[in-house]
Amino acid sequence: MSGFFTRALSNRLFWPVVMLVALLVVNAVAVPGFFSITINADGHLFGSLIDILRNGAPTLIIAVGMTLVIATRGIDLSVGAICAIAGAVACSIILDSPDPGGLWTVTVAVATALALSLVLGLWNGFLVAVLGIQPIIATLVLMTAGRGIAMLITEGQILTVESAPFKFLGSGFIVGIPVAVIIGAVLFSLAALLTRRTALGLLIESVGINPEASRQAGVRARGLLFTVYGFCALAAGIAGLILTANQTAADANNTGLFIELDAILAVVIGGTSLNGGRYSLVGTLVGALVIQTLVTTVYTVGIPPIATMVFKAAVVTAVCLLQSPTTNAAFARWRDKLAAGRRVPAEAVAK
Amino acid sequence: MKKTIGLFLAGALTLAMTACSGATPAATTSGAAGTGKKALTDIVVGFAQVGAESGWRTANTKDIQDSFKTAGIQLKFSDAQQKQENQIKAIRSYIQQQVDYIAFSPVVQTGWDAVLGEAKAAGIPVLLTDRAVDSKDTSLYVTFLGSDFVLEGKKAGEWLVEQYKDKTDPVSIVQLEGTTGSAPAIDRATGFADAIKAESKFKVVASQTGDFTRAGGKQVMEAMLKSQKSIDVVYAHNDDMGLGAIEAIEAAGKVPGKDIKIITVDAVKDGMTALSEGKINFIVECSPLLGKQMIEIVTKLNNGETVPARIVTEETTFTQEQAKAALPDRKY
Repeated sequence: MSGFFTRALSNRLFWPVVMLVALLVVNAVAVPGFFSITINADGHLFGSLIDILRNGAPTLIIAVGMTLVIATRGIDLSVGAICAIAGAVACSIILDSPDPGGLWTVTVAVATALALSLVLGLWNGFLVAVLGIQPIIATLVLMTAGRGIAMLITEGQILTVESAPFKFLGSGFIVGIPVAVIIGAVLFSLAALLTRRTALGLLIESVGINPEASRQAGVRARGLLFTVYGFCALAAGIAGLILTANQTAADANNTGLFIELDAILAVVIGGTSLNGGRYSLVGTLVGALVIQTLVTTVYTVGIPPIATMVFKAAVVTAVCLLQSPTTNAAFARWRDKLAAGRRVPAEAVAK
Repeated sequence: MKKTIGLFLAGALTLAMTACSGATPAATTSGAAGTGKKALTDIVVGFAQVGAESGWRTANTKDIQDSFKTAGIQLKFSDAQQKQENQIKAIRSYIQQQVDYIAFSPVVQTGWDAVLGEAKAAGIPVLLTDRAVDSKDTSLYVTFLGSDFVLEGKKAGEWLVEQYKDKTDPVSIVQLEGTTGSAPAIDRATGFADAIKAESKFKVVASQTGDFTRAGGKQVMEAMLKSQKSIDVVYAHNDDMGLGAIEAIEAAGKVPGKDIKIITVDAVKDGMTALSEGKINFIVECSPLLGKQMIEIVTKLNNGETVPARIVTEETTFTQEQAKAALPDRKY
């Protein structure tokens, strides 16, 4: 038992998971039926946990892309703006078409939005990999310019679309499970399989740890950087479409606002270092869930809006403190002391 | 002692000088008005708009442009794209072009003293539209034309009181607040609370910010539907949050407008459509149509008359039937 505890404590996901469980417990105490999941009249799963998964899906999707970017010692600040652009493009195409509710129209709109997102990601990759601009600056360009582009596409309006297939992306259900959750799960599994079942993950980490050594070892860093920035932007595009479909309107100002910060936070809570190298997709999943549960907690427990920011900051600070190397070292010393304390009497008895 | 007297004198002198410089432009303004009124067609008004960030704002721009065209007053228009420096540049260029009046909707509340001081020194009266500036010196502008957000909240609350006047059961209300700390969010909450406080049956059981966005309103409403035992009424500080709440309510298997009554503020097109479809029960208008009243102000000032320092926009409220009637002619 104590061995299990020691091993759990030394796992870098221990504290984020503890925090997630703690938040869920707080919710369950505040709202007795918090864990209940029912099947409603339409055959959909219904409950607070489902809401957390569904509303957390866009953040998770972006955070998966962000994890890979961060693993290369990069960062992508433009994901929020790409969300807005993807939503704006899709909505304007649907609105301009003669058949806004048609499956074909929506397919074209979604494909165009995703293709554009990919192009924007490759642009980021070009700035970082070819021109050698620092990632934070390179993606800052699109972060600021991107919302302007989205505003141009929507002509400054909030574009409301009445299109059943499009709405399905954000608030639809497949066999009772929200579509957003399914998309998130598929993307997560895909990223995990591609990077962990092949050498891709290792190569990404090597670029993050030492780009020069990787290059001399024959790793094509340039192509890898293009790939991760492209993938991250594509993920942002998918998340943007889910967000837009969820509110059935493209809002260039607000869609995906500050989502880059949530995504980065999810990655960091998950134990991936901003210095690049070793990354954990499972950690990112836990991080994204912690963030969304935190948001839901604010609403269910009824924390006053003026105190919300402070509450969130306190929780995030607690997670970061618990995870910091210094705190972990202190825990390790404490653990050793405990172990030593237990061993000594045992030896004494043997004598 | 001598030093103290010296300091005092210096202070008095500075005061006198400030008084002087304060008086001069005032004299110029009245002088300009005194020299007789211009023909309306000779008047030039410079208008520095915030930008085009929402449907509300676009309607605001269009109405002002159309009203000035109809009245035959020349309007110079600039779009600041939500940036204060652009707006300051626009105002400076209007001062250089010696327009007769400057009107603008300040992007932010502070930081206008310098440029408005320049307008004052040039003897150009300034009209604030829709948003106020936060300056101690109220002589920097002639009037502020815009909505009274407290009144909007009050109208929403009064309608609710009227709806439930025959009932004695407790009424559970949830409030979807605007961006925390913004003037409309604070004032709409205050006015609403004032209107319902007389009767103890009205209880605001939960109040959270939805940041004036649809996504925000939807997510907050989803959580509230699960954490609150019963919700009778949703009061949203704008239409968009109310529209988000409608989706959450529908997803929970309830009927918006029937099982849960919804009151919102703004009356933009999407909101009015939902109102006419019976999904919203009552909307308090926050009108962007300021053109007509702007013309009135300019005409009065041109005739040498004075205008009140605060003019409230002419606004109404809409029930479901009124929305059906009004929707076809709605400009925004």
